[in-house]
Amino acid sequence: MTDLIDGRRASDYSSTAAKRRLVKRYRAEARFRAYGVLGLILTAAFLAVLFIDILGKGLPAFWQHSLMLRTPLVPAEIDPLGAHDPKQIASADFGKIVKDVLASQFPYVKSRAERKLLNSLLSSGAADALRDRVIANPALIGTTVATPALLSADADLFFKGRLTKVEAEPAKSAATLNIQPQERYEILSPDGAFAASLAEIKRHLGARVALLRAEVQGLLAQRPEIASRLAQARDGGNSAEALRLENSLQSIDLKSAELQTRMQNLEIRASSSSASEKLDATLPSILAAANGGLIKAEEISADRLIGPALVPPRSAASLAPGDWSIVTYQTPQSFRRIADQQIAWLEHLKGQGLIDRHFNTRFFTSGDSREPELAGIRGALVGSLLTLLVTIVLCLPVGVAAAIYLEEFAPKNRLTEIIEVNINNLAAVPSIVFGLLGLALFLNTFGLPRSAALVGGLVLALLVLPTIIIAGRASLRAVPPSIKDAALAVGASHQQAVFHHVLPLAMPGIMTGTIIGMAHALGETAPLLMIGMVAFIVDVPSGITDSATVLPVQIYLWSDLPEIAFEAKTAAAIIVLLAVLFVMNGTAIVLRRRFERRW
Amino acid sequence: MDASNTTVMTPAVPAIIAERPIKIRARNVDVFYGDKQAIYDLSIDIPDRAVSALIGPSGCGKSTFLRTLNRMNDTIPNARVTGTVELDRENIYSRDLDPVLLRARVGMVFQKPNPFPKSIYENVAYGPRIHGLAHNKGALDEIVVSSLKRAGLFDEVKDRLASPGTGLSGGQQQRLCIARAIAVNPEVILMDEPCSALDPIATARIEELIDELKQNFCIVIVTHSMQQAARVSQLTAFFHLGHLVEMGDTDEIFTNPQDQRTQDYITGRFG
Repeated sequence: MTDLIDGRRASDYSSTAAKRRLVKRYRAEARFRAYGVLGLILTAAFLAVLFIDILGKGLPAFWQHSLMLRTPLVPAEIDPLGAHDPKQIASADFGKIVKDVLASQFPYVKSRAERKLLNSLLSSGAADALRDRVIANPALIGTTVATPALLSADADLFFKGRLTKVEAEPAKSAATLNIQPQERYEILSPDGAFAASLAEIKRHLGARVALLRAEVQGLLAQRPEIASRLAQARDGGNSAEALRLENSLQSIDLKSAELQTRMQNLEIRASSSSASEKLDATLPSILAAANGGLIKAEEISADRLIGPALVPPRSAASLAPGDWSIVTYQTPQSFRRIADQQIAWLEHLKGQGLIDRHFNTRFFTSGDSREPELAGIRGALVGSLLTLLVTIVLCLPVGVAAAIYLEEFAPKNRLTEIIEVNINNLAAVPSIVFGLLGLALFLNTFGLPRSAALVGGLVLALLVLPTIIIAGRASLRAVPPSIKDAALAVGASHQQAVFHHVLPLAMPGIMTGTIIGMAHALGETAPLLMIGMVAFIVDVPSGITDSATVLPVQIYLWSDLPEIAFEAKTAAAIIVLLAVLFVMNGTAIVLRRRFERRW
Repeated sequence: MDASNTTVMTPAVPAIIAERPIKIRARNVDVFYGDKQAIYDLSIDIPDRAVSALIGPSGCGKSTFLRTLNRMNDTIPNARVTGTVELDRENIYSRDLDPVLLRARVGMVFQKPNPFPKSIYENVAYGPRIHGLAHNKGALDEIVVSSLKRAGLFDEVKDRLASPGTGLSGGQQQRLCIARAIAVNPEVILMDEPCSALDPIATARIEELIDELKQNFCIVIVTHSMQQAARVSQLTAFFHLGHLVEMGDTDEIFTNPQDQRTQDYITGRFG
């Protein structure tokens, strides 16, 4: 627009086109803001999901259930010589003592198989607390002490509600309890107290019918396509292909026929409303608690329940309304890791007030274990600490010195330029490559010990060094040159100016970079796998050359294990790792705020 | 042409140079930043115990020349100086002379006050400490107090020597920088536009101070303010595009400039 009006260019700020441009500009800005807000909301939502998930899974692992049993400490069993020799005491079979005390709670448990089932409620480390206590204070021998005996992971999970839902519904009608042959008990309720439970079982059967039907339909849906391919193969004279397809058609037909038979049987069971129903391990367990006993239903109809006693009733007296109850274990027995019998025992112990829920200190005081209830992160924490110690001892002086040299003293030429570019690139090298380097150099060439914190620290030092150098150089560069000029102008040498004035001012930035680098190293897994820090190590390392593992590797190891209890342990270890990282990054922020200087 | 005591543009020896000993003698100085030449063949004499002002438009090389006098240009990569600069007849660019010691003898005050982010005491004590001027705490205290007194700052800060130097006002900070410079007992003080960041009252105090300090020091000041040059200096040198155009007694330069460019500049026709 070069038209001039009164010597000025014609302005176009009030036309409709200009207004439209303005509106467009504002709209673009509003759109950008909206993207930002959307991004933030998404991030917050993801974070919330992450935290809720991890905390929900991990927090229960910080609690543990133990059995509080009054244990008599018989001198003959523990210290037959009476010498109070710790070695002698330690070799006593405390496991047997604890098991005997547990068995004494259940006098009706006689058979070997049942004893074994009962003992499996206890952790293999159940006697540890007792042993430690007696060794620490031999004077206890001959007395009776109440010491917590750790429950097994499955028993613990049951109390945490992870294995099955237990519902107890007080019965509203009267019933009679009859003893039947073959140690079976029968409860007769003329008012049909079991109708609801029976309906529940039928519903369950109905759901299984629906699943089977879907499976059959899925199978049959494949049929037409295979049939048409078979026709094609026959037309094309491809007899081998035709034979193969014929076989697969046949197997589909067989399978679907079989499924259909099962489905029909189930359907009949599900729909016949009046019939009694036999319960198996694939159905929820129905039990009746009566006269202090617990009878497990083998067969149930609306007015009758019959089955063996998991806990024998005290008497065969008639049952008044409200005096007895119907108990349901929702998850079928074959789908959980704990038997009905064990649940019955655990519920009994809980009813006696012998189950104690306490903070899981063991998680922080012991090393790894194959038993989830015994596994702790102490080994991994100490391993991480030792590894980071090696890393920081190597990284901080070398990194800061390198940063100072490159930033303040190195001549600016092609060589230093190449070094600079390479340092920046090193920060982007995949960490596993450093692991390979560590494996080739530290383990194979120098023969340093495998799985040791020393080598882990060396490898992580390589990984963190570029971060520290880059952060160090950036913070050195951020110190105003006027400070250095001032020092030089009063006759300080270059080195004095840098070390007396520039470095102290750059230190908060360097520390921030170092801590963030350390946090990075703390969370690093891949390079440590290469140098063997992935081994199953029970002992807490006591030095940098001991075999060790680190927190993230421990998390990785636990996440790989099939036990449900380790799922919680994994999440709990993640919580600990995140907590440590939060503390480290928080320290970095505080340092930056605290020592930030203004010029 | 006798190059030993005058420059090309000033035929007469300025009176101030005739009556005072010459402290700094620069001959045929060229300064390069990489390929770019910042100063061309500059020769100048600077008298002791007087204030010499370097004036000229921005980018004319005054600050560059000032920085050649204490070899601060050494810290700039690619900077190169040829010619000779003598301090008390000793070439400061000779190999024998250590630039670190030179800077103790030739102090500098910068355009923007740049106290160390440390206490007032530490700011002043740093120089004497690294040069070992004080052998005990008492002697160091003595130096700090006397330097602050000579910089006219002591009465204002005597109760808070431990508080940070960066907490002072701009004018006080600049006087602190002057105290820091004189604490190492220099012979020359270079001032690179010391008042450009200050208000008129603070400027007046610094100018008074400069006037007092000239009793003991050789002061070279770069300034953009012609009034300031006229008020504080005895010798004025006018720089233009890297050349020393004219130098002489301040009264002469401001009342009777020989060169047209000088006249244009001091009358405000360009710059």
